[in-house]
This record gives sequence, C-alpha cells and structure tokens, in this order.
Amino acid sequence: MRFWNKSLLLAGLLLFGLSQLVAAETVMDLTKSLSVKSYSKKSVIIQKIAQTGDPQATVILQSLLDGSLFLTKDAGLPVLAAKLGKEYALSDPFTGVDLGQVRKRALKKIRINNKVRGILKASIARLNLSHPNPRHRIKAAKLLFKNLDKALLAPLQQLVEAENEGAVKEAFETTNAALILLHGDTIDARLKAVERLKAAGGPDVRALLSSMDRKLQAKASSDEQSEKLQLVVQSALKSVERQLENYGLIESLFQGISLSSVLLLAAIGLAITFGVMGVINMAHGEMVMIGAYTTYVIQEICRTSFPGFFDYSLILAIPMAFIVSGICGVIIERSVIRFLYGRPLETLLATWGISLLLQQLVRTIFGATNKEVGSPEWLSGAWEVTAGLSFTYNRIAIIFFALFVLAGLMLVLKKTLFGLQMRAVTQNRQMARSMGIKSARIDAMTFGLGSGVAGMAGVALSQVDNVSPNLGQAYIIDSFMVVVFGGVGNLWGTLVGASSLGIVNKFLEPYSGAVLAKIFVLVAIILFIQKRPRGLFALKGRSVEG
Amino acid sequence: MEMKVVAKPIAKESSILYLDGVSVSFDGFKALNDLSFVVQPGEMKAIIGPNGAGKTTMMDVITGKTRPDTGEVYFKDATDLTRLDEARIVNLGIGRKFQKPTVFESHTVFDNLELSLKGNKSPFATLFSKLSADDALKIEDTLNTIRLTDRKDWLAGNLSHGQKQWLEIGMLLMQDPELLLVDEPVAGMTDAETVETADLLRLIAKTRSVVVVEHDMEFVRSLQCKVIVLHEGHVLAEGSLDKVANDPEVIDVYLGR
Amino acid sequence: MKNKNNKALGPFFSLITDLPGGGKAFMGILLAVALYTVIGNTLIPESSFAHVPTYMVTLMGKYLCYALLALSVDLIWGYCGILSLGHGAFFSLGGYAMGMYLMRQIGDRGVYGNPELPDFMVFLNWQELPWYWSGFDNFFVAALMVMLVPGLLAFVFGWFAFRSRVTGVYFSIITQAMTYALLLAFFRNDMGFGGNNGLTDFKDLLGFDLRSDGMRLGLFVGSAVAVALGYLICAFITRSKFGRVLIAIRDAESRTRFTGYRVEFYKLSVFVISAVLAGIAGAFYVPQVGIINPSEFSPANSIEVVIWVAVGGRGTLWGAVLGAVLVNWGKSYFTGAFPEAWLYLLGGLFVCTTLFLPKGIVGTVPEWWAKIKLRLGRFKPDLIQTGKGDM
Repeated sequence: MRFWNKSLLLAGLLLFGLSQLVAAETVMDLTKSLSVKSYSKKSVIIQKIAQTGDPQATVILQSLLDGSLFLTKDAGLPVLAAKLGKEYALSDPFTGVDLGQVRKRALKKIRINNKVRGILKASIARLNLSHPNPRHRIKAAKLLFKNLDKALLAPLQQLVEAENEGAVKEAFETTNAALILLHGDTIDARLKAVERLKAAGGPDVRALLSSMDRKLQAKASSDEQSEKLQLVVQSALKSVERQLENYGLIESLFQGISLSSVLLLAAIGLAITFGVMGVINMAHGEMVMIGAYTTYVIQEICRTSFPGFFDYSLILAIPMAFIVSGICGVIIERSVIRFLYGRPLETLLATWGISLLLQQLVRTIFGATNKEVGSPEWLSGAWEVTAGLSFTYNRIAIIFFALFVLAGLMLVLKKTLFGLQMRAVTQNRQMARSMGIKSARIDAMTFGLGSGVAGMAGVALSQVDNVSPNLGQAYIIDSFMVVVFGGVGNLWGTLVGASSLGIVNKFLEPYSGAVLAKIFVLVAIILFIQKRPRGLFALKGRSVEG
Repeated sequence: MEMKVVAKPIAKESSILYLDGVSVSFDGFKALNDLSFVVQPGEMKAIIGPNGAGKTTMMDVITGKTRPDTGEVYFKDATDLTRLDEARIVNLGIGRKFQKPTVFESHTVFDNLELSLKGNKSPFATLFSKLSADDALKIEDTLNTIRLTDRKDWLAGNLSHGQKQWLEIGMLLMQDPELLLVDEPVAGMTDAETVETADLLRLIAKTRSVVVVEHDMEFVRSLQCKVIVLHEGHVLAEGSLDKVANDPEVIDVYLGR
Repeated sequence: MKNKNNKALGPFFSLITDLPGGGKAFMGILLAVALYTVIGNTLIPESSFAHVPTYMVTLMGKYLCYALLALSVDLIWGYCGILSLGHGAFFSLGGYAMGMYLMRQIGDRGVYGNPELPDFMVFLNWQELPWYWSGFDNFFVAALMVMLVPGLLAFVFGWFAFRSRVTGVYFSIITQAMTYALLLAFFRNDMGFGGNNGLTDFKDLLGFDLRSDGMRLGLFVGSAVAVALGYLICAFITRSKFGRVLIAIRDAESRTRFTGYRVEFYKLSVFVISAVLAGIAGAFYVPQVGIINPSEFSPANSIEVVIWVAVGGRGTLWGAVLGAVLVNWGKSYFTGAFPEAWLYLLGGLFVCTTLFLPKGIVGTVPEWWAKIKLRLGRFKPDLIQTGKGDM
C-alpha cells in the first residue's frame, strides 16, 4: 500500500514537472503516455489531463471513456478509431482530420478498468462544470445529478462558491445538495440539503428522495438523527410529489390544448365547407394531407437547392399549402360537388371517392411510406419552465398558429366583401343572385377557402405527425365530430368543440389509456348529438317545413 | 306553470281548438306573443297576417312540431296538445296541410291516399295489413272529391302543382280529421283552380272545423267565414272580413301598406 | 299485391308467388347459379372447362355474403333514405359471434392445447373464460347471438338517434363514429376478442372440417339460402304497407309524420331488421374466409358497401345484390391483376356513380331503354306512370 502511494506521488511529481516544461504539448504527450500498463498510473495521467483545463482534454477523456481512443503501434500517436467493416477508420482527436483506414493489428487500445472509469467520469464532469459556456455548465450539473459520485463532493463545493452566473449557481447548488444528502457528514448540512432539494423539485429530485427514504428505512439501527432526517426527507418527498402532480395536470392541460389546436386546424376548414355551405366533404382530410406533402416538397427543394433557406421553408410552405390545397378544392367543387348541391348524402359518397383517388395518387407519386418533414432550428427544443415542466416549441407554435388562422378566417368572413357575399349566398341563394352576386363563383371560392385552410393545417400537422397518404384519414372523423359537436355554421362553436374534445381526451388518457379515452369521447359525442342534434352552438330558428 | 288568468272572453267549453296565452320565442325573437283564440266545432276560420306574423309557428304549435314557451293549447276541451308529438295529434283528428304541397312523390295517387287512411299506424300493423273493401271504397270516394279518379295510378310526382295541392287535401280527408289546418292552399294555383279549391274547402267545412291561413284576399272573401288578423304573434282583430278590413289598426299594419 | 289462389301453398310460398316478374327472375337466377355451382363442383370432372373449382365456390359464397350485406343497407338507404355508414359494424359483430363459436370448437387442438381458453387468452395469461364467452360453445346460442347482438346495438343506437330526430348526414356521421369506436375497442387485447389478430385458426363447424370441400360447398349453399331468404324478407317488407311507409319517410318525412305515422318507430324497426340481416351475412362470411379481425370495423368498409348498392341501384333489391357481386368481382380481379389501379377504380366508381348513375345500373339502364324506345316511337305511357315495376 505504502509502496503504491509512494510511486503515485513520484509519478505525479514527475509528470507535473514534465507538464511544466512542455506546456503546449501537454495533452498530446499525456495522452501518449497513457500507453502505460498500470491502471493507477493511468488514473494519475487522466487527472493531469483534466487539470490542464484544455478544451481538447474533454474530447480525449470522453473518447477514452467510450473506448474509441487508440494509440498507433508504430508511432504511439493517439487516434480516434471507428470500426468500418474489417478495418478501422482513423481520425485525429485534436483536429478531426481523417487519417485513413488501418487493420486492427496496427492499433493499440487503451484499456481502462472500473476505477479508472470512475475517475474519468469525475474528471469529465469537472471539466464540463467549468466549461466557459454557462448553458453547458447547467447541462453538466444536471447530468451529474443522475450520477452522484462521492469524489465530486469537494470539487463541486468549490465550483459552487466560484460560480457567478445565477442560473448556473442554482443548478450547481441543487446537484451539490444532492451530493451532500447522499455523502455529507453532518446532519445539519444534510437537513439543509433536503430543504434545498425540496425547493428545486422535479422528477430527478423525487427519485433521489424516494431512494433516500427507502435507504433510511432499510437501515436497521436508527438513531435520533437519522429518524429526524427521514421525517424531513419524507415531508420533502411529499411536497415534491404534490408539485409534480400539479405539473402533471398542467402538462395534461398543455397536451390537451395542443391536441385541441391540431383538431381546430383540421376542423376549421370543414366548418366552412360543411358548416357554411352544408357540403359534406369526406376528402377534407386529403386536403390536409396535400398541405403536408406540399410542405415536404418545399422542404426538399430547399434542402437540395437552397440549404441556407431550410429553416424558413416552413414559413414558405404555409401560403404554398394554402394555394395548392385551395386549387384542389376549387377543382373538386367545379368538377363534382356543384352537380350535387342539395343532395348531401350523394356529396358524401362522391367526396369519399375523391379521397380514395387522392390518396392513391399521392401513393403513386410519393410512395406509401412516411415522409420525413424536419423541424427548423427555431422550432426544435422545448421551453423549460421549471424542473419537470417543459413545453415543446413546435406544439406552442401550432397553438398560436391555430388561433391565428381562426382569427384570420373570422376577419375574412366578417370584414371582407368576399365574406359578405359568401354569407349572402349561403343564406339566400336566389336573393344573392338577383343582387348581382355570382353565386357559382362564390361557391367555388368558399370551397377553395375551406380546402386551403385545410392545407395550412397540413403544414402544422407535418410537424407533429407522420406525413403519409393516410394522414387525412386519421383526422377526418375527429374533425367531423368537432364541427358537429360545436354546432354547424359557427366558428366559435368549432373553437369550443375542438378545445373541449382535445382537453377532455388528454385528461382521460392518464386514467384510461389513449384508446379508451378516444372511445369515451366518441361515445360521449354520439350521446350528445342525440341530445342536441344541431350541436352546442346551433342557432335556434323558426321551424321550416320538411 | 303560469297562474290562470281571470275569465277570458272566450269559452273553452265545447270548443274544438282552444289557444290561450301562447308565446314562442326563437333567440329573443317573439314569433308568438300571448296568442289566444278559439275554434268552435263545424266552424271555418281564416287567419291572415303579414309575413312573420306567426302563422306558420301557430300551426307548428297546434300540431306539436314546436313546443310553446308558455300558454295552453287544448283540443276538444280535453286534450292538452302541448304534451303530444305530431303523430299522436294527427291520430286525435287534427290534419295539417303544408304551404308547399307535400305528397309522397314516388307513390301512386292511390297509394298516397291508402297510406293516409285512418287506422292503426304502428309498424307491426302496417307490415301485415291488407286493404279492405270498405277502405278501397273510401279511397274511391275521396278520389272523386278531389277529382283525381282518372289519375289514381299516376305517380304523385307527375301531378301538376294544383293537383298535388288537392291530393294533399285528399290525404287529409282520408284521416277523417275533426279539425283541418290548411296553410295557403291556393298559393301558385291558377284562377280556375283557386275557385275550385274554395268550393272544395266550403264542402269540407260542412262536416269539419277548418282553419285556413291565407294571403289571397279574394280567396278569403270567397270562403265566407270569420277572419282573424295576426300581427307580431298576436291577434289584432277578429270578425267578418268586411269588419276587419275596416278596422283602422288593421289597415295601418297590414292592408294599408 | 293480390293473394288469390295460393293460400294452400302456405305463407312461405306465397312470398315467392307474390313476387313481381323481376323478383321471380332474380330467384330463378340465384337458384340456377347455386345449382350450377353445386353440380359444377361435384359432378363435372376437374378436367372440363365447365368445372367449378372449390376456391371459386368459396369466392362466390363470399360474394353472396356481401350481397346479403348490401341488401341490408339497401333496405334502409334505398327504401327509407337512412344512410348508415356503420353497417360494417353489424356485419362484423355477427362475424365475431360466429367466430367465437368457431374458437370454442377448436377445443384443445390449439397451439397451447387449453381445452377451455382460446390460444390468445392463454397467451395473455388469462385464467378463465370471460363471462361473455360462455354459451358460445353451443351453436344455437351463437346463432342467436349472431342476430341478437347487432340487433340490440342497432336498437339502442337507433332508439337514441331516431327519437331525437338525428337525420341525414348527421346520422351518417355518427354511425361512422360508432363503427370507428368499435374498431378502436376491438383492437384492444383486454376486450377479450383477440386484439388486432382477431379470431382465426378455426377448425370445424358443427363437427365438420371447415377446410373440406363438402363443408365449403355447404357454406356456399347456406349463403345462397340466406340471400334468398333475405331477399324474400326484404321483398315482403318493401311491398307491404310498412314498406310504402318507409318510402314515404324517405321522400317526405314531415308529411309522413303529419299523416299520423310514428316515423321514429318505423326507422327503428327497419334499422334493427337491417342490422340483423347484416349480422347474419357476417356469420356466413367468417367461416368461409377463416378469420375475423377488427379491420372489418373500419369505416372504409362500411362506406364501400354503400357504393355496391349505389352501383347496382338503390331502392331496388336485386340491384343491391347485383352491385355487391359486380363490384366485388371487379375488386377480386383488379387487386390480382392491377393492384395499383383498384383504388383509382373504386374512387372513380364513387364519383361517377353519384354523378352519372344516381339510380344505379338497375334504375338507369331501363330508363335509357325507355328513351331508346321513345325514339323508336314505341313509347308506352304506363312506363313512367306506375312506380310498382321496379322491385
């Protein structure tokens, strides 16, 4: 034992001296010296590498941990190697330059054992915790929380005190508290740590506290101190759990609103074609699908021809999808639906046929498999409100987009000449015609508007769902349910219908599972329609014959 | 339930149709406003009024299509019509003719009348029913009355507008109703058809009570019956046509315009 | 209509003898096809071109099941104007009831050899049969359920829907939602109907091996008899006063109500009868195709039935049968020969039928024929005047 200590000290001094001498090549040389057989020597070298604080140190240590760091047998140079068939593809760990391929025989792997691995982890953590980027430091602290090592107790303490950035300090303190709770010596410090953890909250803290609770319970001999600690831990655990439960509710609410916005987008075009015109368009889902494929095509064009524009392809896709789906809608109205006005059941069948045709057409052009539509940079990621509560950006964007579309549509209907003419035609076709309104043109444009809005829904859906020929089918029944539930011919009704359906669905899910929740909602609407056959917001009118 | 108001000037006893204080509103719009009137057995009454006066809504209330918000509707002094559905009310003996002639267009004239025969109208009964000789005679009778004997095997959809109106009246007669509600029977008819229809209604009114809703003043005059003027869901005036035609209020809201 | 001299033959034969010419012709064709199939399969040697191979017998049996399903849809849509987009659900429920019987018949011959539990239950670690599976080992209980379950669902659903006067497209949409909800439900393993694999691996029916030629022929004959009976029942219903009330409801619901008919009771009655017929069709279908799974509930299936009826000619019973056989024959042919083309064709069929053939083949072809006759100067006025010829 003593011998080991001595030799360690000796090696340390030796290396220290070396590093002082040739500071610039330190990491490189230290890495080369990893060829030593002794694991304890390797440990010392690793710590030295870490102490350099060199950004390249992290790369070296991480690749060592991953097992991708090798030394060449001839020159003893450190290389990164990835297996490529029978050979290994080499690259320079410092510059990333490709170094060609070699046989396995030409390489020497740097072996590590569990102890070394532990030291590696701690060193990497410490390096990351002192990374110049504060975001990086927070991430490192959170990572560390899941991997609490006693060895880090002291260094983290120092880092907490040295840290100036508020958010980073907070993250460090939470992780530090976790370390203290697990490995701290004084009861007071540990109690204080529990308080600190309780304030932080989140699922990680809950896991830690509950494991701590189990540990304390399992402990055979309990003194006054550990009893007190257990009480505090338990109460903190309860409070964190309660908080998480509340977060769960908020999360459900958000999920519900998110689903509502998707339903709203899918249904809002239908509210126009079905609600305003009384046309049952079973191909409405396919208008959504066409919008999604338009998004795909535009993104592909951007990806191949204008890579710099990729992040904004989605913005371009919104008007394009509106136009493409809208034109499809106008064509459908002119070629089929206008011959079937006043025969809603026939319209239903004919548009179902159109939906089959469009699905098959898309399948022929694009193939039956799902297409990948990427999220732009500015929509990926999530807004992390607090530990255990975060909302993804794309869902937030869809919520706002849906409301925006709804508002825009209401403006068009209420404030524009087209909207006025549209309402006139739907209320009294004969009268509108005699006022000089070209009712056939208004019909086509109304249908085009409804279909175009469906196309815009497709852009949004491409962000949360698979883009496939069956995309529309998945939404058509739900969309009809929304419109029927909300009341035909009323956009506010559509909004209320979509929100209640979405939110109820998501609140049921935790209790019953997704499928049962959906069944419940369907059954509830079927029952509801019996009670109010014209929907929630139906206008009561003078009774008409027939 | 509303408190019963003190004795009204109209008698419920022995009446065939009795409306008292009937109000109906749709989204704030009052279609009927405290409407009260009585029809005696064997009486014919014509109801006139401008568009939106509540004529059709009144018909809907009597025939069970619309439930009144307040008010009483009694048939033959005994049956509360506000609690029954359309079919029950029809089978009690109240027939209704629509404004737009509605007949079963893909059935023959004969079948139209057969379907309207008074009798058990439950699904089970009709599944096994056979036309009796008596009923066939009744149908022939009615065919004569509505002058469609030579058209009895035609599809109703192929009839002229006026013939459809008559067929519908014939269908009502098959139900043998005690009270007939007729909504604008001569709308869209030729002059000759109008005269014939007036004759037909007067003939019918000999054995039943009839309420006619009508716009056509000449036609109302030819019916030679009491007139009720409806305005904004309320009875404005009642009496002979000459009397109401000279009522200054009526002239003001309706005739004078 | 008039029942003159066949009282002695009993009420059943009067059903046939009362049929108008078209109906008798239909029964004749059905009988001829069934007889030829039986003879062609058993008596004519395989080498002859007139031989009917067994796979063809089963295929035709399948078409006949579809024909019965089409009849049931025609009864409510063609005659009463109710467009149900959920008849696939009744068909599937009848099929599942039959499938449950067939499952119980497997006994201990399953993969796991459990005498009580079907394989999928053993696989799910279930210890005992769920209560709703009891009794299904008895053929007569199962046969009763084939009719009772769809009938009961139709009764409950129709009771609520028709009483609150849900009509037209609203009714269509909620029937579609109904079958969609059932689709989702039957996909669940814990429903106890085999989840997304459904019920399959059947061995025998009433003790006879399902894969034997004799059994297949028997099932075909059974289907033919079912279609014949279904046709007779529908013909009886549509030609009775009840049937004329249905048409009256279809054409002028309000007038019918003001003529003193409780429209909702009529709709409910015919909806239940129709659902039972669909259930029976499903029960004959399952042993012939050897499987029933939740995809049968998919809304697309139900809508497809409607187009069979539309193609053939709604409001005419044999039009429904013709449409079902024609479209499905086309489907068998095209999905084999040009699988890509089939959906285009089906979609085109939906569009073109509603636009150009609103009365279907049976309704439109005679019309064209009449026009041709008119051109030739041999017009007979009774052609447009009576409506009774189109049975």
